Parts: sequence; structure tokens; C-alpha cells
Amino acid sequence: MKNPTKAPTGIAGLDEMTDGGLPRGRTTLLVGGAGSGKTILALQFLVHGAQACKEPGIFVSFEETPKRIVANAAGFGWKLGELQRKRLFFLDAQPLPDSIQAGNFDLSGMLAVLEAKSGKLQARRIVFDALDIVLALLPDAAAIRREMYRLHSWLLAHELTGLITLKSDASAVSQPFGFMQFMVDCAVILNHSVVLGVSQRNMRVQKYRGSGFHENESPFLIGKNGFDVAGARTVGRVGAKAVNERVSTGVKRLDTMLGGGYYRASSVLITGFAGTAKTTLSGAFAEAACRRGERTVFISFDSDANEVIRNLASVGIRLDRYVRNGCLRMVSAGSIVGSAETYLVGIKAMVKEHRARCLVIDPVSALSKAGNELTAHGVAERLIDWSKAGGTTLVCTRLLDETSGQFEGNSSLQVSTLADTWIHLNYLVQAGERNRGLSIIKSRGTAHSNQVRELVLSSAGVTLADAYTAGGEVLMGALRWQKENAERHANEITEVAGKHKRVMLDAEAAELEVRIKSLQVELLAKQVEMTLLTRSAESRKGELSHGRSRMRELRGADPALRGRK
Amino acid sequence: MSRRVFKFRLYVAGDAQNSVDAIANLTTICRKYLPGLYDIEVMDVFLEPARALTDGIFMTPTLVKLAPAPVRRIIGNLSRTSLVLQALGLEGSAA
Repeated sequence: MKNPTKAPTGIAGLDEMTDGGLPRGRTTLLVGGAGSGKTILALQFLVHGAQACKEPGIFVSFEETPKRIVANAAGFGWKLGELQRKRLFFLDAQPLPDSIQAGNFDLSGMLAVLEAKSGKLQARRIVFDALDIVLALLPDAAAIRREMYRLHSWLLAHELTGLITLKSDASAVSQPFGFMQFMVDCAVILNHSVVLGVSQRNMRVQKYRGSGFHENESPFLIGKNGFDVAGARTVGRVGAKAVNERVSTGVKRLDTMLGGGYYRASSVLITGFAGTAKTTLSGAFAEAACRRGERTVFISFDSDANEVIRNLASVGIRLDRYVRNGCLRMVSAGSIVGSAETYLVGIKAMVKEHRARCLVIDPVSALSKAGNELTAHGVAERLIDWSKAGGTTLVCTRLLDETSGQFEGNSSLQVSTLADTWIHLNYLVQAGERNRGLSIIKSRGTAHSNQVRELVLSSAGVTLADAYTAGGEVLMGALRWQKENAERHANEITEVAGKHKRVMLDAEAAELEVRIKSLQVELLAKQVEMTLLTRSAESRKGELSHGRSRMRELRGADPALRGRK
Repeated sequence: MSRRVFKFRLYVAGDAQNSVDAIANLTTICRKYLPGLYDIEVMDVFLEPARALTDGIFMTPTLVKLAPAPVRRIIGNLSRTSLVLQALGLEGSAA
């Protein structure tokens, strides 16, 4: 974002809005009511120049002593003491209270002093804080105009990047204010209002000659390190690359429904009425993240962090060990108070500090509570953009009001359109029972199940039950159990019948085998009988012939006759 | 009645109109009300900015009455004579 014609303020959001910073070598007007943060912004502009841009600066103070300004800014960690030695000069130009005014005067004296000082310091930036104080001493509008021109042309001649702050409600300024806006090249307006008891600060770039800028009001905070401006949208989006990696939801069967889990760096919204296990589902996600060793921040607006841990332990989600080993940071949001903007800044700071990859906000609807209705949507938008740009996977829950119906139509916080995945939990009343149903309303870039599933919580953990449908309705609770039981019963019957059949067949086979055996034995006997029969016949024949020759021998018959029969 | 000598330092910004007027106005007043009893030192902030810084002079012209005590600062081109006389404690002499 380096641009030679811009002098960066070091306030990320403002530099975004102005596309790089204030006009270099030109004059910018900063207008705001009392306590709107003009002095801090102006000082931060100088500090950033001196620290990061090698641009020494001069702070001309008309309203407060430099000592007080330095003391007031001590909390921001800007090392003003160190800077003051070389790169930052405070000029106490408060009009002396006891001086008498007798006739026209001008600011040449101050410019002469500044000229000498800026030459010595090689100053590139200069702030005139609360110029209205000195303008009020001038006798008429013409004199004011003359002195403004004198100052402006002096700044231009020295190519100093000037920042003039004015109180918007100072009566001395109201009339020449208009002409001053024409004179300067850039005008920024700070606005501080209280809506339903919640402080809301806004910043708006009113004009910027020769440069594009974001014209909308942008909320800001005065935080730990000075200004924190919400900044324009879109800018953070550039460079955030789409990731294909999946992260587990903590519920195995939900992962399957989503085709592998949530996308990393996506934003997930879990909606539901009170008690539909939104916290449980987000807790499961946190536990899974910690199990993977990913640092996680869990922000609970509704209840105390320890209570959340205890409650989740009852459904088998054990977060305490991850809190102990430092992987998980549980935050009770009572520790953040103020506007939605404050929450966002607080959340950002915590995630950054914890180096978290996963973030749970339970519920995000807390952002839109009284006084924040108008800003909550913008904050949520930026929260999602920001987490996406940083690669943080965001799971937030949102409580639906049972009385106002299922959709958040009239609410300012329409996260559902922004979230990548929207899981809706509700109670299904069926056959005198109330059961938790889970459905995935949308999940960008994922083929996901369209079925309403029953969410079952038990001490063993969270899971989704098998889906049974009957007559076009998903069965849950006892009905599902009945169906499951009937199915089991039927299975058993078939199984028993099969077994019975097998036994019968076995018996038949055995019987056949026995018969085969006895036949074989019978056959063998017959064969033996047959051989015996043959043998006895032969022996009888042999006996017969043998007997005849013996007889012949006995009779002394002629052997020659032996041949004849 | 012993007349005290008035010591003035007038800070001017080069030849800016208000500064030129201030010199003229102061001289006129002194000649009329403090004849021979005044001492004016004119200091140009453009020539001595460091001095202007230490003296805290940011609006020009500025007249500082160093003596007699108390020290008084009067800002402007001194065109409003009655205010100047009042500040210098000379209103009685106006008549």
C-alpha cells in the first residue's frame, strides 16, 4: 500500500479508507466533538510518522499542555519520551490567560517559530490541535479566514503534511468551518454517540481531493494501542485463498454428512432455540480442534467458562485438560463490555494473542443486544471476513427466539447469509416426545446430506442417530427406538429360521451318508459271496477230474486211454 | 512625582501589516503619554525564532511591558488605545 502521495497514519482502518493515508504535503482537517478522539488520532499520526516512516513531526497544542498530552497517551505504548528527543516536538501554543488583546493580530509569530523548528528537526508532519481555540480570539470571520489561509499556504510552501483538528461544536468554528472544508484537501469527521447506553464511535472521510476513498462511516475504538478503525470491507478479502482442507466437527457422523467436516477457515453458524445443544455442538468442535493440537479460543457470552466446561463434560466433551495444557482458552464474555465494535476488537485481540486457529463464539447473537442493533451486522460481517483472512475457522451459535419464529428475518444480525455452513438445530415433537433434530441448511462448496437427523447426547458423547423414515417423516426418540427394535427382532427371526433349516439339512445329509455306508457294506458282502461261489465251483470241478484219474489208476487202466474220455 | 521609565519589548513578524501598525501605534501612545520615559525594543520573530519560542510568542504582534512590574502582555496591533492604556495602568493620564 505504498503510495508516494500518501502519508500513512498507521491506523489500519483509516489507511484503508483513504487508500494509503492522508495526502502528503497537503492539509487535512479533522473535525469532531469533545472527547471524540481527535487529539489521540492526531498524535498517533505523528508517532507513526516518526517511528515507521522516518518523518519527524511537530505537535502544536492550543488547548492542553504537552505534558498532559504525553501523560494521557502514556497508556498506548508509543514511547513518546524517546521520540521526543529526536523526532517529535511539542509546541505549547496555548494563549496565555492573562494576556490582553488590543487589536488585530496574526499567527506569523507561531509560523516563524515553527519554521525554525521544522528546519532543525527536518519535520515532515505537523499537527495543529484544537486550532479553534486560537481562532476564537480573532475578532471576525474575515480575520479567521485570513489566518487560515496564512497557515494553509505556509504548510503548502513547506510541503508539510498537516493535520488540523477542530471541535465541531465550537461556536467560533461553525461559520468558517464550511470554508475550511473547501480549503483543505482532505476532511475526516469523528462522531461519538450513545445509542441506548452503548457508546458508538464512528469515523468518516468526508472529502479527499485527487483520491478515491471509502465514503461510509466506519466504526472505531480507542483501544490499547490507540485507534482501531473497523476499516472498509473488501480489502481484507483480497488474498484470502480458498482452502480445501477439512476440519472435524467433533461429531463423526456429522463429518460424514458434510462430506468430511467443515472447511478450514470457513465460518459456521449453528442456530437453534434454547437448549437444542448449540453449545454442545460447538464444544465438540473445540474439543476436536484441541485434540488435533490446534489452539482454540472459546468465547461464551451466556454462561461462565467453568460452567460451560462442567456442562460439556456431562456429555463426554472434556475441555478441562485442554484448558490446563494451554491449548484452549475459555473466555467468559463478561470480561468484555461495550459496543459490538468493542467485542470485535476484544475478540480479535484474544485470537491474536492466543494464536488461535479455531474460534467459537457462543452465541454470536450477543453482539446485537440492545444498543448495537445497527452495528451488529457490520461487526459480524467483519468478524467473518477477518477470520477468513486469517485462516481461522469460526463456529458461532445463534439463539433463535421461540416466540419470533424460526428465522431471523427481522433481526439486524443476519449471519446466516454470511456463514459458509449453516446447521440448524430444532426440537421435533412427535408421538409425545421432544427430540433434537439436526439439519444442514447450507454448506457452501460441499455435497451435504439433506436429511434431518436426530442428535443424541449421552455421557458417552455426541452422535447422530441413524435415520429412519416412516410415512415421509424421520423417526426420532422412542419411535426410532421402536423401529430399531422391530428391525432387530425381524433379523433374529430370520436368523433362527436359517439355523433351523441348516440343522435339518445336516440331518438329512447324515442319514444319506449312513445309508450309503450300509449299502457299501452290503455290496462288499455280495462281492465276497460271489468270489466264494466261483472258488467252490472250480474246486469241485478239479476234484471231479482228479478223482477220475485216481480211480483209473486204481483200476490199472491203460494210461494211453487217459487221453480219451 | 517621579516618573518611572517604561521598558517595552515588541515582538513583530517582519513587515506584516499588523506588526507595522503596532510599531506605529505604540510609538504614538508613548510619545503622547510617556514622553521621554519609554524604551522600546523591537524583536522580529522571523529573525529570532528561537527567542520567540522561549518567550512563548505565537501571536504577533505582541507587546510585553517588562518594567515597571508587573510584566504585562498585550496582543494585537494596539489599535484600541483605551485597552492599551488600561493594560499599562495609564488610564488616568488619558485626560
